[in-house]
This record gives sequence, structure tokens and C-alpha cells, in this order.
Amino acid sequence: MARSHKLDRREFVAIVLAFLGSIMGVVVGLPAIGYLIDPATKTQKKEDWISVGPLENYPIGIPTLFSFTRSTINGWEKTVNSYGVYITRWTEAVDDISAFSNLCTHLSCRVTWNDDEMGYICPCHDGIFDDQGEVVAGPPPEALHEYETKVEEDVIYIYFKEG
Amino acid sequence: MVLKVYTWLDERLGITTIYDLVLDRKVPKVNWWFTLGSASLFLFLIQAVTGVFLTVYYVPSPDHAFDSIQYIMNGVAFGWLIRGIHHWGASVMVIVVFAHMLRTFFMAAYKYPRELTWITGVFLLITTLGMGFTGYLLPWNQRSYWATTVGTDLVGTVPFIGDFLQAVLRGGTDLSAVTLARFFSVHIWFLPAVILILLGIHLYMVVKLGISSVPKE
Repeated sequence: MARSHKLDRREFVAIVLAFLGSIMGVVVGLPAIGYLIDPATKTQKKEDWISVGPLENYPIGIPTLFSFTRSTINGWEKTVNSYGVYITRWTEAVDDISAFSNLCTHLSCRVTWNDDEMGYICPCHDGIFDDQGEVVAGPPPEALHEYETKVEEDVIYIYFKEG
Repeated sequence: MVLKVYTWLDERLGITTIYDLVLDRKVPKVNWWFTLGSASLFLFLIQAVTGVFLTVYYVPSPDHAFDSIQYIMNGVAFGWLIRGIHHWGASVMVIVVFAHMLRTFFMAAYKYPRELTWITGVFLLITTLGMGFTGYLLPWNQRSYWATTVGTDLVGTVPFIGDFLQAVLRGGTDLSAVTLARFFSVHIWFLPAVILILLGIHLYMVVKLGISSVPKE
């Protein structure tokens, strides 16, 4: 004999409620999770090739400063940081270019190129770097940070990295 | 297995007893108007949950309040949905709570022995309106700024102590960062705490006394 179990009213309501409840739970729960983890899914790339202008802006043999800013947007807040890079064209060759960050490796003061001293001089603690960015005198622990460079259609690019 | 776990928990927590007393209690034959209380409770829970979620990104400062809400609306996944529910839920809740009060009044459900349910209900209506008033300022847009300016100006017309009350509400003579911060605090801490206490008493009374039946002719 086939056991026929007739759903009574209470069981029917319970099943329908459980079913609708599960659907509502998913419909409400998934957006809630998406809402919470959203910022983690939108991380920004900090590294990029940056144009520092055409070759003709940079005389041969003289380190020339190029200043630029990078902005980061976190939620509703925008942060703008300024950076400087010294570009030196050693010869006419397009692959003979150096790009040094102007941040002193000691305490991140800005170094400036001095033609008389033939070196980068940090005003804070008299750190001196030579034209290759190597430490000559003073407290800096390491050479100036150097960026990778490339030239496309007579425009110089540096590969910018944070830190 | 599930049944075993349930029985284990039930012996210790008394889930079945709670269920029988709270949800399976005897109710008279009533009509749809009697669902407004449950609807109010449901709306309160919705507002509480969406409100908690909004605080993840909202910043109660004049510099960031508006921008952080723009970010919720346009930047965060489903931010528009959560703020939308909170925004519309607030209006719906005021309407439903008010209708719940009218139904109780017209069906004379406030009479002995339910006076305390009625009194806590009156305060719940007032705190609901308070939630609406304090929440209205938080987007910090032109409308909310001037609405709160007018709203707090009204308090200033109270005889003798009006100016003082207005300064207390605003946290100074002008609407400022202090006003926004204290409205936020009242909106997410003070009023919800008061509502939870009142709601506890209100629901306890409903369960203990049962609900009144529809009045006869």
C-alpha cells in the first residue's frame, strides 16, 4: 500500500516560508557581502610608465629635473603626492639615459643637482651623491633610487614605482 | 541528527517553550489591521541592519559626509540598494508606526490592562520620529541642512528656555560639525538604545496580555 501523506496546512505554510525565506536570504545576503568586500576588489595599480617629455627638453650631459604628481583615490578621498626625477642624457643615444629620484635615501629630503660640485646635494644633512647617484659623502645609506627608462617616438618614459 | 541537535539545544534553551508562548499564542479572530505592529517591528529590524551596513562607509563630518554618501551610492557595489532601503524604509516606518497607533486608538485596544503597552507605544512613535529627524541631517546636503535649521529653529520658540534648548540640540548657536556629530550619535546610539528598551517592554506586554479582539458593535 502506497503511503500517501497529505500535507496539512501547517506543514505547507512551514515549507513555503522556509523556501521563500531561503530565497530572501540569498537575495539579501549576497549584495550585503558584495557591499562589504567591494573596496578590496578595486585595488589600484601604483606602477606605470610615465612620460617625462620629449628628448629635446633634456640637454646632453646635464641632469635636468622633471616634477610630476601622482594621485590615489581611496573611496571619497583623493591624495596627491608630488615627485621629482632627474633625467640625464649621457650621449645622443636613446638608450643612454639615467633617471634618478630626487628623494634622498637618508630621510627623503629633496636633493638638487649642483653644477659646481658635479653632484646631487641634499640640503638637510649634507648628503652628496655623484652623477651616477652613488653616495659620495654624508649620512645617506644607499645610492639614489634609479628608474627604468625607455624612449618611444622621441619621448622619454620612466617606469614609476612607489618607494 | 538534526533532530538530536535540536533536542539537545531545546532541553537547555527551551526553544519550543519560547516558540509556543511567543509565536503560537492564542489570538482572537482579527483582521489585517492587526499586522501593523509586526510590520513596524520588521521595518525596525530592516532599518537597524541597513543602518549598521551604512556606517561601514559613512563619515559624520562636514568634510566627508556628502562625499562618503556619494561614494556609497556610486562607488560601492549595492550601496545604492542598502541606502535606498534605509531611505525609503524610514518613510514607510513612520507611516506604518503611525497607522499602528491609529488602529490601536480606533479599536480601543489601549484600555485596561494594556495601558502600559499604549504608553510605551507612544514613546516608540516619538523615538521613531526622532530617528527620522536626526537621520535627515546626516546626508549633509542642502535639503537636510536647511530642514534641520528650520527644525531646530522651531525648538527656539519655546518660552524662556527655547534658546537654550536650541543650543543644546545644535551643540552651539549655529548648525555645525558639532551638530552633525551629535545627530549621528543620537541616531545610531541613543535612540536605538531607547527603542530597544521600549520595544522589549512593548513586546513583553503583547505576549503576556495577548492582543485585544476587534470591538463588537
